[in-house]
Amino acid sequence: MTPNLHLWLIPLLPLIGAAINGFFGRRSSRPAITTVALVFSGAAFATALWVASQFSSLTPPYHPEILASWIRSGTFRVDFSFYLDQLSLVMLLIVTGVGFLIHIYSVGYMWEDAGFYRFFAYLNLFMFFMLTLVLASNYLLMFIGWEGVGLASYLLIGFWFPKASAASAGKKAFIVNRIGDFGFLIALFLIIKHFGSLDFMQVFGSVAPFVRAGNEGVLTAIGILLMVGACGKSAQIPLYIWLPDAMEGPTPVSALIHAATMVTAGVYMVSRSHVIFEHAPIALTVVAIIGTLTALFAATIGVTQTDIKKVLAYSTVSQLGYMFLGCGVGAFSAGIFHLMTHAFFKGLLFLAAGSVIHAVGGEQDMGQMGGLRTKIPWTFWTMTMGTIAIAGIPPFAGFFSKDEILWQASRVSLVYWGIGIFTAFLTSLYMFRLWFLTFFGEYRGTAERSDGHDAHGGHGDSSHTEHGHGGIHESPKVMLVPLVILAILSIVGGWVGINNRFEKFLSPVFRPGMTAASLEETAAPKTSEMEDSRDHSTEMAFTIISVAASLLGFALAWFLYYRNPQMPQQVAASLGAFYTTVVHKYYVDEIYAAVFVKPLIDGSTQVLWHGVDQNVIDATLDGSADGALEASDVARHMQSGNIRSYAAWVAAGAAVVIGYMIWMGTR
Amino acid sequence: MVPLPYYLILSGILFACGVTGFLIKRNIITIFISIELMLNGVNLSFVAFAAQWGKLSGQVFVFFVMVVAAAEAAVGLAIIIAVYRTRETLNVDQVNLLKL
Repeated sequence: MTPNLHLWLIPLLPLIGAAINGFFGRRSSRPAITTVALVFSGAAFATALWVASQFSSLTPPYHPEILASWIRSGTFRVDFSFYLDQLSLVMLLIVTGVGFLIHIYSVGYMWEDAGFYRFFAYLNLFMFFMLTLVLASNYLLMFIGWEGVGLASYLLIGFWFPKASAASAGKKAFIVNRIGDFGFLIALFLIIKHFGSLDFMQVFGSVAPFVRAGNEGVLTAIGILLMVGACGKSAQIPLYIWLPDAMEGPTPVSALIHAATMVTAGVYMVSRSHVIFEHAPIALTVVAIIGTLTALFAATIGVTQTDIKKVLAYSTVSQLGYMFLGCGVGAFSAGIFHLMTHAFFKGLLFLAAGSVIHAVGGEQDMGQMGGLRTKIPWTFWTMTMGTIAIAGIPPFAGFFSKDEILWQASRVSLVYWGIGIFTAFLTSLYMFRLWFLTFFGEYRGTAERSDGHDAHGGHGDSSHTEHGHGGIHESPKVMLVPLVILAILSIVGGWVGINNRFEKFLSPVFRPGMTAASLEETAAPKTSEMEDSRDHSTEMAFTIISVAASLLGFALAWFLYYRNPQMPQQVAASLGAFYTTVVHKYYVDEIYAAVFVKPLIDGSTQVLWHGVDQNVIDATLDGSADGALEASDVARHMQSGNIRSYAAWVAAGAAVVIGYMIWMGTR
Repeated sequence: MVPLPYYLILSGILFACGVTGFLIKRNIITIFISIELMLNGVNLSFVAFAAQWGKLSGQVFVFFVMVVAAAEAAVGLAIIIAVYRTRETLNVDQVNLLKL
């Protein structure tokens, strides 16, 4: 007997909040909007906590909670049904927990903004879709959530839509995601065609027989197409380009959607589909290669960026690459583990960056910062925690998850591991570069002057007048509390991974049929006792190497950006063309513009618009309209109103009929 | 006995005269008379065929036509009088209120 968990409540609560704020927020006061937004997202978090507390009383196999029948067509059926297992529980807690904290933070960050109610309506709407995504028990409902978070993301990136760059960034995110969604959709069609169902349990249950029947090629195609979908949502090569531009949105949005939750939906989806990927090794290799390349590629760009949010954006892309690397080498639990710790520390870093931006009056260029350490101590210390966590220095959260991924990767191929280590070094380098540039050295900005808010990125219509911007100032408490909580989580969040506890917790999902105890042996399959011990020493060596890489990154950042601030320019100059290429993000946007966007626009303009639309469709319609007009202009003279002419026509007609009949008769 | 074609030719001439009068005349009474002429042209061919084939159905038809024509004359003349009273003209070209 399983207790009824009322999972439907969890997504529904934020939806109610979104509806109330969306419909009535315009005329509500700010405290009322705040109350609605926080109560409903907090209630979702509380419900999630309650569900988590009840979870241990459940026994696998878990059954989906069917709310209503949705589609029935022959034997094919899809239900509105939610499903909870260890994997969705982890996601549930991350989404509601981090989401709730970011809601709190946003109250402070967005207080001055004219679109206050709109912001929280969107944010709650996002929570609704994201929770639908993680709780869905079939691919179609997951897809609804998947598209819904895309919509919320679009709305929030373009939140300051009067600014052209924000509006176009929103469009870019939406369109690039659409390409990925196309792959996802085709994968779903293939699944329907070959499995006759979209329900996770049914599909995964029939994968093994399906492969035995010799359909591995189809399964590989499904896996790769699912990965295309994940590439779009989770900003992997080649579809990562939207994420850095998405930084046009308000910073809490960057933290919640574009760092902690939505972009990890792809990782979640791949992990959820692990049965498919495990039976399609080629697809799994594709996942690993894409993840590795993205991790490295984005990290190199991150080193050269000067916009504090852009650095974090490329860092997110890079860390997502790590997660896919983890999934791609079959260590799905390691990927999810990194997803969780990343949600903590990257959410923290973005919120802290928001606090920095808030402090210096909207400036995002790190070249205009510096020396903020003593002026905004809370932000400084929390950001330090986040930086150490992402750099992978023990005992902070990032170390455990990243180390787990690298260790698992090394067991598959040392190439993955080598690139991973180098990326870890780069990660540490660009994060400490950000840290030194922002908080150390001399202050280089102009925010001391009271006109600082002129440069306030995006706050154009709602400058921080209340704060007066008399100078650099610490953020209000409502923003600091979430920072502190996330900082604590960034420290302790990784400890759940000690002794593989996290992996064991997730093992019913990823290794069904094995108990937690038997996992110890299966962790190193087909190895003897002696190799096992060697394994442990190797693991230790690898761990030391990865920590060393992180420390090396720190040391280099310290050397370049603290000791010798003029050195970076010399290094950049000596690197020449390569540096220029990296600064311009490898010209990927330009290449895409030349290869895809421009031909598309030209083709649409010349062929589809001027050619097909104007010359064929419009011309056909206009022509037939003109023809009808001319024909009726001739025909209308028959309607003379002259009775005798009508009679003449009748007589002529009769004469013709008679003539015809006579002709017929004489033939 | 007069052969059938003679009757038919006369019938055709009567009918053609009726049609022509109907088409070219403006006076509504003349038009009315032309209609009667057409009807009687047809009647002639009916009785001619009836006599030729020795069957009564043609003559029965003629009686029907005559009855209808009488009724038509009554109604039609009443309409003509009503038109004349209101419009003070019998020229059909001026009776064109239904024309847009």
